[in-house]
Amino acid sequence: MKLKNLLVATVSAVVLAAPFTVSKAAAEGEQFIPMLAYRVGPYAAGGSGMFGAFEDYLALLNARDGGINGVKLTWEECETEYNSDRGVECYERLKNNGPTGATVVNPLSTGITYRLIERATADKIPIVSLGYGRTDATDGRVFPYVFPLITNYWSQNTAKIKFIGAKEGGMDKLKGKKIANVYHESSYGKETIPILDKQAEIYGFEVKHYAVPHPGQEQKAIWLDLGRRYKPDWVILRGWGVMNPTALTEAARVGFPADHIVGVWWSGAEEDVRPAKGAAKGFIAAGFHPSGADFPVLQDVIKYVQDAGNGNVDKKRVGTIYYNRGIIHGIVTAEAIRTAQGKFGNRPITGEEMRWGLENLNITEERIKELGAEGLMQPLHVTCADHEGGGNVKFQQWDGEKWVLITDWIKADRELLRPIIEASAAKYASEKGIEIRKGMSMGSDCGG
Amino acid sequence: MFYREAGQFKTSYPSDQAIFPILQDRWTVITILVVAFVVIPLVANQYWLGPILTQFLVFSLAALGLNILTGYAGQLSLGTGGFMAVGAYATFNLVLRIPELPLVVALIVAGVITAFVGVLFGLPSLRIKGFYLAVATLASQFFLIWLFDHVGWFTNYDTAGVASAPSRTLFGALADAGGPLDFLAPINPVVSGPRAATETKYLLTLTVVAVLALMAKNMVRSGIGRTWMAIRDMDIAAEIIGISPIRAKLSAFAVSSFYCGVAGGLYVFTYLGNADTEAFGLTRSFQILFMVIIGGLGSVVGSFMGAAFIVFMPVLLNNVSSVVFGGTLSGDTISNMELMIFGGSIIFFLIVEPHGFARLWQIAKQKLRVWPFPY
Repeated sequence: MKLKNLLVATVSAVVLAAPFTVSKAAAEGEQFIPMLAYRVGPYAAGGSGMFGAFEDYLALLNARDGGINGVKLTWEECETEYNSDRGVECYERLKNNGPTGATVVNPLSTGITYRLIERATADKIPIVSLGYGRTDATDGRVFPYVFPLITNYWSQNTAKIKFIGAKEGGMDKLKGKKIANVYHESSYGKETIPILDKQAEIYGFEVKHYAVPHPGQEQKAIWLDLGRRYKPDWVILRGWGVMNPTALTEAARVGFPADHIVGVWWSGAEEDVRPAKGAAKGFIAAGFHPSGADFPVLQDVIKYVQDAGNGNVDKKRVGTIYYNRGIIHGIVTAEAIRTAQGKFGNRPITGEEMRWGLENLNITEERIKELGAEGLMQPLHVTCADHEGGGNVKFQQWDGEKWVLITDWIKADRELLRPIIEASAAKYASEKGIEIRKGMSMGSDCGG
Repeated sequence: MFYREAGQFKTSYPSDQAIFPILQDRWTVITILVVAFVVIPLVANQYWLGPILTQFLVFSLAALGLNILTGYAGQLSLGTGGFMAVGAYATFNLVLRIPELPLVVALIVAGVITAFVGVLFGLPSLRIKGFYLAVATLASQFFLIWLFDHVGWFTNYDTAGVASAPSRTLFGALADAGGPLDFLAPINPVVSGPRAATETKYLLTLTVVAVLALMAKNMVRSGIGRTWMAIRDMDIAAEIIGISPIRAKLSAFAVSSFYCGVAGGLYVFTYLGNADTEAFGLTRSFQILFMVIIGGLGSVVGSFMGAAFIVFMPVLLNNVSSVVFGGTLSGDTISNMELMIFGGSIIFFLIVEPHGFARLWQIAKQKLRVWPFPY
């Protein structure tokens, strides 16, 4: 090896290593939001739609309003491939960017949420797990930095049972019925098992759990058992990504009716049913928002961001389920920043201040109308004890072309859940030696 | 000119049998250790220490474990992820149920438990070879993951099946202030859980990996390593010259699983902080097998090189592309491009040198020897 070659090798090694150390120069007066996106892999349909829309909404605020009260929003993506371990790496990479560090982190993955709960709490960066994540984090007295906003998994699950009960003609008719729970074998999929068992006890139905290993393309044996042997009255599909169309196709193969399969909201998007073609017709899924691009806020996104050539995801996807969910992520983040600014001043806020903003977030019916999102999202009122804030679910059915809403808001059975959530959170608190917050703690009234 | 052993005479057997007989090698290794132990913790930031370097060290250890089994003893295994999981859950349960136990001791005990599990799943290797053995070890991967998913005791009955590393100090609770060994309290830092400093976790991982790597290097140079290699190269001939295949194969499984188990424990305790079985799936087994293949089968340093490639490359590509293309290309394009470049570079390196980085390293050393007058 020539000495020159050695020199070239050294220089190129230094050049290659340089990007690791570069932290992008951030202008003062910017609010940084890390994006733990996943645009490749078996869950890319969800990741690209939601993160694209999330970024589109922030871009809209920048383009139309000049940011939030003059504070520009910035963000940077880091590809996680929905891999929890990559998520940790991405979080560590992005958490100190921007003048005030990461404002808030949206993992969009229950696995990553679990990985980050302790890290983010130690770093004082709030986690928003909107419609997913660790359910007992709803008890904000134990989890000050975690916000499973709008509707957590347990709430959604009770709404599903209510829906099934209504279809059967009353909750008392559930007695003796058989329900199969087909779940994605991950922390996400397992989350509702205890609550289903509990409800089975209360209402007298029978529940059987079927685990589908990641990524979920192999379900033949499960559906054969479901269709030929167990023959349940209803199937709850806790799917995600490619697991969903596979499940629907297999169900059709064994002749299980699609309109007796009730999906979680991570199986209720266009991308989940289109690949299953005819097999998906009649499939029912939960949701906390509708699809469609007629909302004024989406028209603004099209006008200011997508048509200006600054879109962060293909324009064809505007108005799909995942896209609209990303817009809701954007609205919640922006409104929490606004709330925090109301208390701390119109400047970039820190993670700690953002935590206060989230805990005192109150998005009313009027505010939703002002935002141009009427009908897109439900009112949200977060408190110290209740980090969920909403708790309502709608059900929609795939007619072969689009999702059609088939119910109004169904309230979750929060009276049933609250004691279980509190007990679970208390167990976590005692394991970890966490003191349960009381009174005026961290700038919020926690009662007691 | 710089790398030449001319004039370095060996006058005794011990000096001839030294791990690094060439002076320049010795200095290189010492420099690397000094940089790793002293310079890096002083200059590196949290991001470098945690996700990049600690993760690299853990995977190097796992790759080293697999390399002992596959590279030295010639037994193809696809159960690495499962064995790492055994180590991780064993450490978790030991530390959780016996709080007095120092983390390092827990890691070693967990390693021993994994070694037993490894021997158990290594039994088929006495009858079957090659791809068939790979399939048999695949069964261990699926069985172990299934076990941890379905038996709640292993995760202390966590709803989501997540084992979260509790906060523990280096010498355990007995050495905390006020305990019976409280003279150790000043040098008893928190080494796991959210309160532990990244530097401490990095140093702990580095120490464990350095010691185990040294042991591996010695093992493969000694009698036991030679029996492994004899079995790898031709098992019938090895048996004829008096090597017991049972002992050689099972000891390879035991040592390899020990390394993988410790790596699994470190992965959860010093890097991730908590883990579910997702972290130890089949993809993990393949990933570590690729590290060994790309790094070089039958080479200690190759395990480190392979781990470096597999851990750093995606992160590097992700960083480079977001700096270079951020704002010009769409996120979808960048992400897909990274995957393609990563796959392409694996193929490129394997075409350039099918025997892995270790072989490239050897060629480079040979070239350095004759430089600047190649013949």
